[in-house]
Amino acid sequence: MSDFLLEAVHITKKFGDFAANDDVTLRLRPGEIHALLGENGAGKSTLVKMMYGALQPTEGELHWRGKPVRIANPAAARSLGIGMVFQHFSLFEALSVTENIALALPGKAGMQELSARIAAVSREYGLPLEPGALVADLSVGQRQRIEIVRCLLQEPALLIMDEPTAVLTPQEADQLFVTLRRLASEGCAILYISHRLEEVKTLCHEATILRRGKVVATVDPRRETAASLARHMVGVDVAVVSTRAGAVAGEPILTLDHVSLPADGPFGTALRDVSLRIGAGEIVAIAGVAGNGQSELFDAVSGERVDGLTGSITLAGQVCAGRGIKARRALGAAFVPEERLGHGAVPDFPLSQNVILTRFAVDDGMVRRGLVNLGLAGDVAGRVAGAFDVRTSSNDPEARSLSGGNLQKFVIGRELDRKPRLLVVNQPTWGVDAGAAAVIRQALIDLAEGGSAVLVISQDLDEIFAIADRIAVISRGELSEAKPTATLDREAIGLLMAGAHETASHDKAAS
Amino acid sequence: MRLVLERRAERSKLMTWLSPLLAVGLTLVTGAVIFSLMGLDPARALYVYFLEPVLWWWSLEELVVKAAPLVLIGVGLAVCFRANVWNIGAEGQLTMGALFGSALPILWHEFQSFPVMVLMLALGALGGALYAAIPAFLRTRFGTNEILTSLMLVYVAQLIADWFIRGPWRDPAGFNFPKSVQFEGWQLLPTLGDGRIHLGAGLALVAVAVLYVVMSRTLKGFEVRVVGTAPRAGTFAGFSSKRMVWFCLLLSGGLAGLAGICEVAGPSGHLQPAISPGYGFTAIIVAFLGRLNPVGVLVAGVMLGISYLGGEAAQIDLGISDKTAQVFQGILLFFILACDTLILYRIRLLRPHTA
Repeated sequence: MSDFLLEAVHITKKFGDFAANDDVTLRLRPGEIHALLGENGAGKSTLVKMMYGALQPTEGELHWRGKPVRIANPAAARSLGIGMVFQHFSLFEALSVTENIALALPGKAGMQELSARIAAVSREYGLPLEPGALVADLSVGQRQRIEIVRCLLQEPALLIMDEPTAVLTPQEADQLFVTLRRLASEGCAILYISHRLEEVKTLCHEATILRRGKVVATVDPRRETAASLARHMVGVDVAVVSTRAGAVAGEPILTLDHVSLPADGPFGTALRDVSLRIGAGEIVAIAGVAGNGQSELFDAVSGERVDGLTGSITLAGQVCAGRGIKARRALGAAFVPEERLGHGAVPDFPLSQNVILTRFAVDDGMVRRGLVNLGLAGDVAGRVAGAFDVRTSSNDPEARSLSGGNLQKFVIGRELDRKPRLLVVNQPTWGVDAGAAAVIRQALIDLAEGGSAVLVISQDLDEIFAIADRIAVISRGELSEAKPTATLDREAIGLLMAGAHETASHDKAAS
Repeated sequence: MRLVLERRAERSKLMTWLSPLLAVGLTLVTGAVIFSLMGLDPARALYVYFLEPVLWWWSLEELVVKAAPLVLIGVGLAVCFRANVWNIGAEGQLTMGALFGSALPILWHEFQSFPVMVLMLALGALGGALYAAIPAFLRTRFGTNEILTSLMLVYVAQLIADWFIRGPWRDPAGFNFPKSVQFEGWQLLPTLGDGRIHLGAGLALVAVAVLYVVMSRTLKGFEVRVVGTAPRAGTFAGFSSKRMVWFCLLLSGGLAGLAGICEVAGPSGHLQPAISPGYGFTAIIVAFLGRLNPVGVLVAGVMLGISYLGGEAAQIDLGISDKTAQVFQGILLFFILACDTLILYRIRLLRPHTA
């Protein structure tokens, strides 16, 4: 009999040619709080989804209490004793706490009895909850407690938590840690995903670190420093790529002065007092862990959201904080959002019509007297596809039929084809294969060489070090000062990314 | 073995047009089953219902009269639905259009020269548009769901109309019947020859032609399609979703109001409590059956027109309620929505495999 509760043995998960998990092995003991660390896109979610039965591994197998097991779906996972608390809750706001939990439990339980059990469990584990309360009236922290109690009612042997503290106040987080330690002392294993390294150091017994789908280290976080954990996450084995020599910033193209913007929905992060200046001919990169205000920053710069924005934005010498995205494009700016399908491109439209999407207001002859020039749009689509090697199955295919890398080349190519003075791109190579990524990075460098300003928002530090002249880090909606790439190393950036904003200066002085 | 729906890489162009035909076929089969359950000969019933209306000149003429408002409202709704704006209250906008347009001939009966017709049509469109502006305002200002508000406003409009027709606008010489004075001269729409086909049919054709060009060739049409299928991409392009809500509701409300005044100034010639046999609701089916495409709506309007005529014919010949027409319309909508799944998905048979 193995003394491991759950083992993932040589697990590989492929999406097409892309290996999200590559030969991953992870072992969990009963009573252990095990951290799963890694940058965004490192494959953490993919791995836990397989453990929870939401995905099936391409190769390798899972062992439960020493025996090979196939977890066909989340219900099967729950019946084994695996519970999961997702980062985004699935609760009905119009229903009460008890009703929400009843919906997720198998079989039919009496509401009275269930309420009593909820009250008992929540009291026992220090997760105060009022069973009759309406979810709509509860705070985010209280909603998370519902999800946890929901798992606890099924007496799990393993609890998976996906960034549980991302939505909590420090006090709520402390309370959660008490609960988790209590659970672990009772023999429940906890797999804990987090970006907050300090938290992992104090809470977890072991940490598995993923990078690009592979396990790069399994360490005891109590014996590591936040800096050393960060180094594992972002990688030290990859040499720091020196950037283009002698990039001297010309006249300022984009200036943000004390810009603030409210959060984009309940899981967003408000932008707080952000200042940034980008000159002609330079690439400035913004590093940071997802959900720290990147999409808000993109919205603020692009002009997709102007309501609620404070501070000033100057583009090519023109004040434009209150002007929308069309006006900013007319000033020579171009934008590429993170989400390709549905944001950067309309999935149902052929590429030619997707050209019109961002260029109807800036291209001569694209729209004449209200009529769209479909022929011209088709010419542009063909030109973009040719210049950026966009491989398509038919002449003018729908955007949704292109692979991620090809569509990204198209979406970036569509903007570069305009020769913009400023290009703002969020996650230029996210989910893109290595070949396409190289093409895209080269195109960004070429654009800057040609005298344009480029702002890259990315979570990929390798990419940032490869192309950026200056780097700033965004954390909890605040932006650090952009410093020349040569003066920074991964450790300093990793710490800033992990939220150690205040300690960063000491740390860098020490190194 | 089980059936699974598998997502297609691209929308199937074939299924886009095959789906409504499939839906019509399934509706006929279901209809036949219902008729035989009612103890009727299904073949004869289907003949009376769907074929007889197109076999005689007079009934073809009647078909155009019925199809005209369906098409006029349907093209407006098609634009709306394309943009993901759900105006379900065209029936109410139709009623308001009829009321606004009727104000002139009722309050100023001597005004019977040509301009009165133009003014009546303009007032009709204005009435419908203004009434549709209420859900537009509520949606853009408070985020209210326009499906609910536009639908509930239908009943408000009908009660307002009822009050006018039974109250201040009742014909004093009308033996207390709830109807207005009879319209005269240019207060009535010109007809084709001496028949029943009136100017409304021409307006419907114009609306189809104009909206076809708008939707397929203009930036406005492009905007409608972008906002409808990918709202986030619409914001990215710089299109305002609020302005789109206003545009769609005012357009479809205006066309519904126009259909309303055309009904009053055309076939009836006076205002009465039953202004339309539910054209505003049936037009929803017309829009979907016509693939939210103006030319498709034209074809679909004619098909749904047949179901109205068939309902009347079935009442006379088969002695069943003309409400069966609504049953058929409901079944048809149900099947269209179901068959539309096949545009983006294909059905696959999965055999159980041993792992």
